[in-house]
Amino acid sequence: MRTKDLSYWLFLAPVLLALGLVVVVPMVLGLFYSFTAWNGIQTGEFVGFQNYINLFTDERFLDSLWFTTKFSVVSVILINFIGLSLALIVTSKIKTSSLLRTTFFMPNLIGGLILGFIWQFIFLKVFASVGEAVDMESLQAWLSTTETGFWGLVILMSWQMAGYIMVIYIAYLEGLPKELIEAAEIDGASTPQRFRYIIFPLVAPAFTVSMFLTLSNTFKLYDQNLSLTAGGPYNSTEMVAMEIFKTAFVQNAFAYAQAKAIIFFLIVAVISLVQVYINKRREVEM
Amino acid sequence: MRNRWNIKVEVLGIALAILWLLPFYLMFVNSFKSKKEIFLDTTSPPEAWSFDNYITAFQELDFLRTLFNSLLITVVSVVLIVLFSAMAAYALSRAKSKMSTFLFFLFVSAMLIPFQSVMIPLVTVFGQFDMLNRGGLIFMYIGFGASLSIFLYHGALNNVPKSLDEAAKIDGANRWQVFWHIIFPILKPITVTVAILNIIWIWNDYLLPSLVINTTGSETIPLKMFFFFGEYTKQWHLALAGLTLAIIPVIIFYFFAQRSIIKGVSDGAVK
Repeated sequence: MRTKDLSYWLFLAPVLLALGLVVVVPMVLGLFYSFTAWNGIQTGEFVGFQNYINLFTDERFLDSLWFTTKFSVVSVILINFIGLSLALIVTSKIKTSSLLRTTFFMPNLIGGLILGFIWQFIFLKVFASVGEAVDMESLQAWLSTTETGFWGLVILMSWQMAGYIMVIYIAYLEGLPKELIEAAEIDGASTPQRFRYIIFPLVAPAFTVSMFLTLSNTFKLYDQNLSLTAGGPYNSTEMVAMEIFKTAFVQNAFAYAQAKAIIFFLIVAVISLVQVYINKRREVEM
Repeated sequence: MRNRWNIKVEVLGIALAILWLLPFYLMFVNSFKSKKEIFLDTTSPPEAWSFDNYITAFQELDFLRTLFNSLLITVVSVVLIVLFSAMAAYALSRAKSKMSTFLFFLFVSAMLIPFQSVMIPLVTVFGQFDMLNRGGLIFMYIGFGASLSIFLYHGALNNVPKSLDEAAKIDGANRWQVFWHIIFPILKPITVTVAILNIIWIWNDYLLPSLVINTTGSETIPLKMFFFFGEYTKQWHLALAGLTLAIIPVIIFYFFAQRSIIKGVSDGAVK
């Protein structure tokens, strides 16, 4: 098959059409609209960088960006720590290994919206009633403060995503050459030494994949944010994805929301590229 | 020594698994209680296993129709994504040229674009052409799902030797026949992976359907669940019965296909 053959283009036509109309055209239009006073119907006048300049004094947007960043950093660390721990547990010589894998992975199959509602019940009702029974003030009124909303989201995401990340670490751990670990054991390497000098460097690619996946998933979070806290109290747990949505469809500031969406794209793209670059380099060095 | 260590690990693992299932347990036992019983006690099993909440939730969610909508949209979208992505990846992997490299790069870089960045123009453009309906939604899923699927198929196709194509061509088959009769069947393992990843995503997606589907009776499960929850926010007994109903199809799917699901998710992330 050659590029000039008709069959080449026929094989590509359906996806090119779909990707073009669903991603490429909206992306180009969006970039254009972000420099105008677009209101969803009329393009309006060209305003240059005004929408972007306004972003830097928009406290609600900056707050959501800061909240999202804090949430992502804490979640990425916790999810990877828990995920790797679960992977180490289920790859050791235990009888219940496959049953445990099935259990830890289960939350990933269920939509974030539904999981958020379940945890809303747990934080609001179960925490309150358990708190009353054991007389713990700190279990009362969860999700009604910024702090409990933050940790509520972190707990929900760690519970949901740890099993996913576990599956990735398992793939790498089970691919380790057994002879290498046994040889180290015979040479007298202790468990921590084996982990530090053999297992850790060999599963390094798993860190690339896992960090990338958790970071992009947590940074772009919307469903769980909506169903668990809906951004409350007073928009203090609102993440960037939700902030953009509300600017567009609640305040009807289409062009302004689109400028935020472009900045959001740039941040996500830069994070992804930097992370892949750093991790690739580290892998080679090891 | 080794044995005792393994027992400790096993006990820890089982304890964590129980902790992991606790949210589902709490949802389940409380979905059978009355409003008053939940108010008094949220942790023990219900006094009586009454299905009243489920009957109300089933009717209010219009469950069979909602389930059908979810199935229809997921199945049609995933089938089309699989067929079209495999075809595209085949063309890109067999015609090595600058054009193919460019198009492959285009598909891969589209993966970097978050949905929110194209969401607003997408909805307005499709709205102008009267495409905010189930057909439009399926078309959008093809556009958003193609990138990762093509990437996975492309990787798998690089391991399928070209001599297979040549041999079939000598026997008189054309491109179309070669692809569907020889190549596509060989790709079955990666097809399972692509299908599973897209099923999980589309079945659970909330934001896109919430923007595209605005007629009563066309809602998918997450969309209907959102409205239902909003209406019954102070009535946890009904909300929890609805949530349990919404989860049951996923649990059934997981029960029958867990091996392929875990393998598919793992392959999709690692490759």
